[in-house]
Amino acid sequence: MSADWQSYVRRMEELAVASGLKFHPVDFEAVPDSFMMEIAVYGLPVRMPHWSFGVRYIYQLIQRHMGHSRLFEVVFPGNPGHAYLAESNGLAENILVTAHVLGHADFARNNLLFKRCQEQVSERIVEHAANHARQIQAAIETHGAQRVEAALDAALALEQHVDIDQSLRRPRYPEYVADAKTVLDDTFRRRFAALEPAAGGSALDVKRRAPVPPHAERDLLWFVANYAPEMESWERDIFLAVREESFYFYPVFATQIMNEGWASYWHARLLREADFVPQQAYLDAIKCHSDVVRPVAAEQQVALSINPYHLGFAMWEKIVASKGLEAARHIMEQDDDFGFVRNHLTRELAEELGLFRYSARSDGQIKVLDHELTALHEALLAPKYNFGAPTVSAVRVRNDGTLELMHDTSVDSRGLDLERSRKVLDYLQKVWRRPLVLTTVNQAGSTLELTAP
Amino acid sequence: MSQSGDRSGDKPGAAKWYELFSRGARDWLRHDEKVREAVRANLPEVIAGAEVISDGARTVRVPVRMLEHYHFRLRRAEESQGAGQGKAKPGDVFSDPTRAQGPGEKGAGGRDEGEIQLLLEFKVDDIVDWLWEEMQLPNLKARIGPSEETDWVREGWDRRGARSRLDRRRSFKELVKRRGAPGATPNFTDEDLRFRQLARRRQPAVHAVVFFMLDVSGSMSDRDRKLAKTFFFWVVQGLRREYRSLETVFVAHTTEAWEFSEPDFFKVSGSGGTVASTGLLKVREIIDARYNPGRSNIYLFYASDGDNSVSDAADARAALSAITADACFTGYVEVSSGLSRQLATETGKLFAELTAAGCAAGSYALNDFDDVWGAVRHFFTTESHSGDAAAPAEPTPPAGSP
Repeated sequence: MSADWQSYVRRMEELAVASGLKFHPVDFEAVPDSFMMEIAVYGLPVRMPHWSFGVRYIYQLIQRHMGHSRLFEVVFPGNPGHAYLAESNGLAENILVTAHVLGHADFARNNLLFKRCQEQVSERIVEHAANHARQIQAAIETHGAQRVEAALDAALALEQHVDIDQSLRRPRYPEYVADAKTVLDDTFRRRFAALEPAAGGSALDVKRRAPVPPHAERDLLWFVANYAPEMESWERDIFLAVREESFYFYPVFATQIMNEGWASYWHARLLREADFVPQQAYLDAIKCHSDVVRPVAAEQQVALSINPYHLGFAMWEKIVASKGLEAARHIMEQDDDFGFVRNHLTRELAEELGLFRYSARSDGQIKVLDHELTALHEALLAPKYNFGAPTVSAVRVRNDGTLELMHDTSVDSRGLDLERSRKVLDYLQKVWRRPLVLTTVNQAGSTLELTAP
Repeated sequence: MSQSGDRSGDKPGAAKWYELFSRGARDWLRHDEKVREAVRANLPEVIAGAEVISDGARTVRVPVRMLEHYHFRLRRAEESQGAGQGKAKPGDVFSDPTRAQGPGEKGAGGRDEGEIQLLLEFKVDDIVDWLWEEMQLPNLKARIGPSEETDWVREGWDRRGARSRLDRRRSFKELVKRRGAPGATPNFTDEDLRFRQLARRRQPAVHAVVFFMLDVSGSMSDRDRKLAKTFFFWVVQGLRREYRSLETVFVAHTTEAWEFSEPDFFKVSGSGGTVASTGLLKVREIIDARYNPGRSNIYLFYASDGDNSVSDAADARAALSAITADACFTGYVEVSSGLSRQLATETGKLFAELTAAGCAAGSYALNDFDDVWGAVRHFFTTESHSGDAAAPAEPTPPAGSP
């Protein structure tokens, strides 16, 4: 069975290239379901050990036993890309998945966000992650599992708190405040200084040390790795390894609707055009396709979460039909989900798809709200802001090494979940090794300080 | 365009690394280990509320939640917004209890995962060991009675015996000794072999009988009784550490007293008043009929809400002192979940007198399941102190009289 689908891979690739897809070569590998599941849990084929992945693993196992989730493929962008296909896939499914993978490969090579992150992380994230895992294994052997786990507890708890607009190998802050002389270097000042050299020189020679951080810093993994007063170098390495993996995960997270939609659009299109696929396999593959992109589970009338495959697929169909493939490719290259949804999820399409906005009370009662397009966009995008995490920044390091963290409540005045935040501070305290203060707001909206220890 | 999809066409039988090793399972085990550590750290609280099984079962099951790896997260909103799809008009209202937890998102971590519970099983023996370590409880000093039991002890060596009892070191010594003699063969011979021997010897009895007396009068609620049961269970476990054989006797009383089997004991519910002396007399009667105080370590634990009838005070005092004369320790635990009177009751006074008089007795007011450990700790520390005074017997080595 597995040999069969491979004979179609090359022809599918040729068809994809002819249709205008531009992608790096992809290594296909069929792996057992159990390994597929692990890839889904870890997000990478080989990744650092941590007990929190064990928790996800249990949930994934339970889900699989209940028949809720089935994984056909996982793709890792890169040059070459890696695609893992489930061994249990049938021939038709694998043909479909091959086309789907090529869609992803095209997306990952051409989307600007992906490109930028891959320039940072390099095109070999799979190998890098395996390297991190090996480093961490070595650290466990030298420093003991407990100390490494403490560092990982803290680093992985902050995995969303990176600033992907900064470089992966971001330099430390300049040590001194920028010299006022160089900024204000105009003819008048030069002449003025020339008139009375002693007076001008002595005042400007005093260098002022810059505060750390010079501005609110939300790149917490980087900040801790660089400025923690008493961190071991191997702990810094762990923080930077987690940060690198976050740089890889961010575009996957921030373009999910576009990316899955794009791949679904292309697997459907390539399949339609692939005259070399036997009739029966084609029918089966189309059935499989409609399962993947269906909006609502078969036995239900209403879904309370949007299937990104479905939404993205429907949007790309619309865009290609109305604006042409060339324009669609431009959009694919330049947008992420925020721009994509806001610019291209139109009122007509939202109505056609039956999208709605609802409010859910904590007791489980759900009320459908009016069809307001902008609000619908925001309801769709809200869980995606800032890598799905509240904005917490480092604002000051006191003289005694106390780190002040600040939750930015201007975006969401709800305040942090106190119990969880306290636990995160506990994790972080074990590597920062000095007191921590976190400012947020309580239920009533007044300022609240959490401290550790 | 290269594609090397034929990697799965490796030789049959050549297993890939991921078929031999599961990272998921490794991290899952680490998670479970962490859960166990957490449970162990909070053991008294966790176990105190758990359903403890009275007899036979050597394990306790504790439901625990999966651990969560914490992330910064916003406080849960009273009302959250989401996007859905399907046949719904503005204003439609429906309820979905499964979503009451809020929208779960994949991969980003920080999900609501409190729904799945693990049921962890702990060996009672392990727990008791941990607890004694944790609470630094003293080990009890057993009263060693006159020779009572016979048991096998290891004693001496012989040239014949079962292979499993071969003493290698001894045998080798014999070989070395023999080789010293002129003209000896350098190899082992059957003559060199030495086997450990067993002999049946009489040993002092380390035997205990524990009386559990429970007030089942109308004023005792189900919760009181469950408190008493939990307490009794852990007392038995603690005593088992010290005694090779331990018997339990269960006596319930209202204005009368009866002996029960263990399963029935905790189901008994009576009505009417409380006359503690009936129960105490019953205990005395059983001691006289079945146990020799010189040979058995006798313990009495009495659980009641303390509302003994006032007219019974003198009788109860007499009956109680008749028991304390022979008992290693007498404990009173006042289970009054409703009101906490802190032993200012008829029965409470009775035991306070005993303690004041220097008898091996103690009392404790147990109001809540969280406090079961307080009670256990209290009794085992007081018991060991009063034990110092009453029986200064060091554990003597087994008397090996031929």
